[in-house]
Amino acid sequence: MIPGSFDYHSPATVDDAVALLDRLGGEGKVLAGGHSLVPAMRFRLASPAALIDINGIAGLSYIRVQNDQLVIGAVTREAEVERSQLVHQKFGALADASRVIADPLVRNRGTVGGNLAHADPANDHPAVMLAYGAEVVAKGPGGTRVIPIDEFFVGLFESALAANELLVEVRVPLPGAGQASAYQKLERKVGDYAISAVAANITMAGDVCSAVRIALTNVSPVPMRARQAEGALVGRRIDESTLEAAGRAAAAECDPSPDLRGSIEYKRDITRVLLGRAVRRAIARATGGAA
Amino acid sequence: MSRHRITVMVNGAAQTREIDARRLLVHFLREDLALTGTHIGCDTTSCGACTVLLNGTAVKSCTLFAVQADGANVETIEGVAQDGALHPLQEGFWEKHGLQCGFCTPGMIMSAKHLLARNPDPTEDEIRFGISGNLCRCTGYNKIVEAIQYAAAKMKEGAQEGVA
Amino acid sequence: MTHVADRTQMMHEVPPSTSAQVPTTDDVRVTTPGRICGMGHRMKRKEDPRFIQGHGNYVDDVNLPGMLYLDIVRSPYAHAKLLKIDTSEALKIPGVLAVITGQDLKAAGNLHWMPTLMSDTQMVLPIDKVVYYAQEVCAVVAVDRYTAADAIEAVQVDYEPLPVVMDPYEALKDKVIVRDDKEQKTNHIWHWEAGDSAATDRIFAAAANVVREKIYLPRIHVASIETCGMVAHMDKVTGKMKIWMTSQAPHAHRTVFALVSGLPEQNIQIISPDIGGGFGGKVPVYPGYVCCAVASIVTGKPVKWVEDRSENLQADSFARDYHIDAELATDANGRITGLRVKTVADQGAADAAANPSKFPAGLYSICTGSYDMKAAHVAVDGVYTNKPPGGVAYRCSFRVTEAVHMIERMADIAAHELGIDPAEFRLRNFIRPDQFPYKSPTGWTYDSGNYEAALRKAMDMIGYADLRKEQAEKRARGELMGIGISSFTEVVGAGPSRDFDILGIKMFDSAEIRIHPTGKAIARFGTKSQGQGHETTYAQIVAEELGIPASDVAVEEGDTDTAPYGLGTYASRSTPTAGAAGAMAARKIKAKARRIAAYLLEVGDDELEWNVDRWQVKGSPDQHKTIQDIAFAAYTNHPPGMEAGLEAVDYYDPPNLTFPFGSYICVVDIDSGTGEVKVRRFVAVDDCGNIINPLVVEGQIHGGLTMGLAPALYEQIVYDENGQNLTGTFADYLLPTAMESPKWELGKTITPSPHHPLGAKGVGESPTVGAPPAIANAVVDALWHLGVRHIDIPITPEKVWKVLRAGGVMD
Repeated sequence: MIPGSFDYHSPATVDDAVALLDRLGGEGKVLAGGHSLVPAMRFRLASPAALIDINGIAGLSYIRVQNDQLVIGAVTREAEVERSQLVHQKFGALADASRVIADPLVRNRGTVGGNLAHADPANDHPAVMLAYGAEVVAKGPGGTRVIPIDEFFVGLFESALAANELLVEVRVPLPGAGQASAYQKLERKVGDYAISAVAANITMAGDVCSAVRIALTNVSPVPMRARQAEGALVGRRIDESTLEAAGRAAAAECDPSPDLRGSIEYKRDITRVLLGRAVRRAIARATGGAA
Repeated sequence: MSRHRITVMVNGAAQTREIDARRLLVHFLREDLALTGTHIGCDTTSCGACTVLLNGTAVKSCTLFAVQADGANVETIEGVAQDGALHPLQEGFWEKHGLQCGFCTPGMIMSAKHLLARNPDPTEDEIRFGISGNLCRCTGYNKIVEAIQYAAAKMKEGAQEGVA
Repeated sequence: MTHVADRTQMMHEVPPSTSAQVPTTDDVRVTTPGRICGMGHRMKRKEDPRFIQGHGNYVDDVNLPGMLYLDIVRSPYAHAKLLKIDTSEALKIPGVLAVITGQDLKAAGNLHWMPTLMSDTQMVLPIDKVVYYAQEVCAVVAVDRYTAADAIEAVQVDYEPLPVVMDPYEALKDKVIVRDDKEQKTNHIWHWEAGDSAATDRIFAAAANVVREKIYLPRIHVASIETCGMVAHMDKVTGKMKIWMTSQAPHAHRTVFALVSGLPEQNIQIISPDIGGGFGGKVPVYPGYVCCAVASIVTGKPVKWVEDRSENLQADSFARDYHIDAELATDANGRITGLRVKTVADQGAADAAANPSKFPAGLYSICTGSYDMKAAHVAVDGVYTNKPPGGVAYRCSFRVTEAVHMIERMADIAAHELGIDPAEFRLRNFIRPDQFPYKSPTGWTYDSGNYEAALRKAMDMIGYADLRKEQAEKRARGELMGIGISSFTEVVGAGPSRDFDILGIKMFDSAEIRIHPTGKAIARFGTKSQGQGHETTYAQIVAEELGIPASDVAVEEGDTDTAPYGLGTYASRSTPTAGAAGAMAARKIKAKARRIAAYLLEVGDDELEWNVDRWQVKGSPDQHKTIQDIAFAAYTNHPPGMEAGLEAVDYYDPPNLTFPFGSYICVVDIDSGTGEVKVRRFVAVDDCGNIINPLVVEGQIHGGLTMGLAPALYEQIVYDENGQNLTGTFADYLLPTAMESPKWELGKTITPSPHHPLGAKGVGESPTVGAPPAIANAVVDALWHLGVRHIDIPITPEKVWKVLRAGGVMD
């Protein structure tokens, strides 16, 4: 399995990378972790004329708190997220996801930015970032813009990034009091994409849910918020029946495709089950319970 | 297609070659440098037989271009033994029968090397999780886990004795 | 369609063993000290140093000056007319030397078709049509693998798709004919039977209870981590063809190549170097090998072909694909009285299963298993479909996996239906130790066994009674937990020359041992390890017999120029055949050594007795000659009238197969929300007779168990309705990682084989045979109360989920 030919560029700065993207039009693809792109190239499903390797750009790999946000550089490796104490302490869904993205070797190269920019509904970060209400920072020839995550995923493998824009940072709001998150994924084996997965970000006031964002992985062509499920929870006292109602809502509003991972009915029902588990776990974390 | 002159530190020796942009790191190692210890077992980045250390981090060399390793340190299985002395991982795989056909073994050892560098005292669960990117068909993994536990114990012992 | 007669009669003439009943022990027999390291020692493997340092020598590591690369264009259709192959664009690419098509092979001497190991025929490259997805269509030869890959993309092939037949029952209707090259236009290849049909029917007519079930074992793939490949070098000057090949049976392959190509057999050398796993997948001859050899003949240069994983998964020899209709008859006391089985074998587009020739369904008739019963009848029909050929692989011991899965599932269904504890049901029905050697109703003579001991040991180890209590408590709370047992009898060591051959070549195996003047040895065998540790275990056999330290014995296999002729390693046959040959050759050497020792000590032969590594005078052990003394004398001071040297060859024709066995118990917990099955514990008690190296045996069992778990829960080759392979990469063909594979717990009993020179039986495939039904039985046991009797493997979470939701379990 050998890729076709291409020209390789290794810009030293973000501006250089952007200039290349601009010059090449749609002919150039960004090489970050490469663990979605290179396999596609090896099967010649993708044959970009040029690769723009951003791994050599200094200053794109970081996880820190800045302006009440967790900011993550685009080239931050999944393994670094997995190891981050900061993420582990306050961002349960992100910590959960970081353990189940592909396998440990892939996580040594795969990047947060790449996982989002690919706009693959099967990837794990889209749902997690949707649940967080994150922001994506993009740099283009005209400057920098901030894209709210709810506007970021436009179509299947299609993000709001222009062809000449580079994703440089992801920003996640710090959790407030009584707020916590969790990510539950069902996969056929370690390393696989999700049969379904649910990211839940919940704020509790006592046993009432005062705010919630829920998003789903691999059960729709575009990464989606489970808004009906959110509606079934927000403002209500959370008990078995609200959880059941929210689960059923998520099962109904998602749009899975049947494939080797499961039939439509199975994927819907797993979404229901995982929603209950994700929300319960997030609540436990929010109310100081289990990690 | 662009061609590139790259210099990679491989097992401590600088290797300079001219290669096509599309040359995969695994082929560069196996064919250009005749280091055939790193193996190819799949085409979907699934099996880990091609695992090497890139700047100390375990990566699947079939999913990297050689040009991406320009200026980097690469360690392959051939570089693990030092001055003819087996590394505790190699000893462990031998003592504990952690290999049968040997094809996944180089990748498994490189993965384990990185695992132990990060986590010198892993639990069994952490070992299994840590090598979950490496497939083996022969051993059923039990004895690979024991081999890594052996190495961890030996390396801790060595560290305590101040042995490098 | 060939009608193969009932084989029952032929297997009855087995020489009586020396004892009717062989005692069972727990202790590994060790008779040599550590420095000699004979049988029973946990010797570290001698082959490991090269592997752990990255100095293995696999086929893809072989590089010769001027070597070219072969890559293959494959069909995107499961059934299609081949209209045109346009190679012009490919040939324009610099570095592309040739494109070989079916027409080229035909012109080169009708090489476009080749015989299969079952005396069918298979296309090497097509001329008229293709008959399976990913079939080889043409081969490009280029200066390097990157150029070859570009050339593949540039070849243009025009097809006219034809209707596809993927279901063997559909195929039996003969509406879409797969093989119109055959005189008889039918998809029905052969019909085979074993057992007594009339007696079985009588049993069933009179039975108190009859349990019936349909069991499907889907296609799976061995997926050894190394794929298949070859380096072929036809040296035009010397006329010698030197081949490195991923081959489990290099001598047989050499003979087949000689017959097919017309090259003189002494001019063909096949080297099977280090092999990265075989499991049966490296026994068949694939079209790629033939194309590679032809490419070397045509170009006069060395040519390498190494398949990608996708090619391997999509076109190489599969395993299983048996559709089984089984019936088990019991009396009012839960005693099995008969078994009746009909099976449709989906063979794909050619009968290329690597079975012994008289056994188109392999050793499937072992399916009465560990149970004593009056009568049985098995009928199997082989069918062509538009799928790749093959069938015997994945550690199946020639279809024993299929047989055991069936009987162990049926035993469990019967037990559950009759309300008898599954362990008790088995104990009630086991063949008893005093019944050995046991003649089964389908014609096998089991050599030795003690099934009750193995099962009771497994039950002890796992705490069976407590687990049943726990299960009852959990069930009352709505928690799902299952316990599954598999008490299997294996049949390995093919095989006695009266019944077993591959393409006419008898299935003996061989050993050639030569002792050097300094007392070291070299031993060569006709088998070929792909990870089973022969370099160590065979040395231990020599150490056991002759007292030469195992570390002083070099073991070689795999080079047809030097190794004695053998049939290779698969179906757990090495220890039973070549291991026996090693012992027998060593005994010939020991006998000559005795005469040399008698000469040196100036006593009569009969005054000497053997003691570990020496011949000593009876009653006067100080007077002795060690094997090293004797070896030196063989070259420097041998008796007059005797040939110098100290060596022997043995071609061992086993008198019978051997019958390893075991009992496995599996505990599963089921996630009622997702349907996931978690194996909480798995105890495996194996009996492979006398053990050569317990460390190696443990490794074989662990690995085999994981290759039993895999088909039970994860692996399946899936085709769509057009015959396209949907699981053609590791992204969708799911191999277990260290996370899915549980911590196996092993136990053993030892019931030696009475006819094997070392009492050993072979073990490599037992766990893959025994494990899947243990796991399937556990899952069904967990869900029985919801009304399910059987679930086909792989038992995916979705299959369990369907049962749960139908049974009203929602989370």
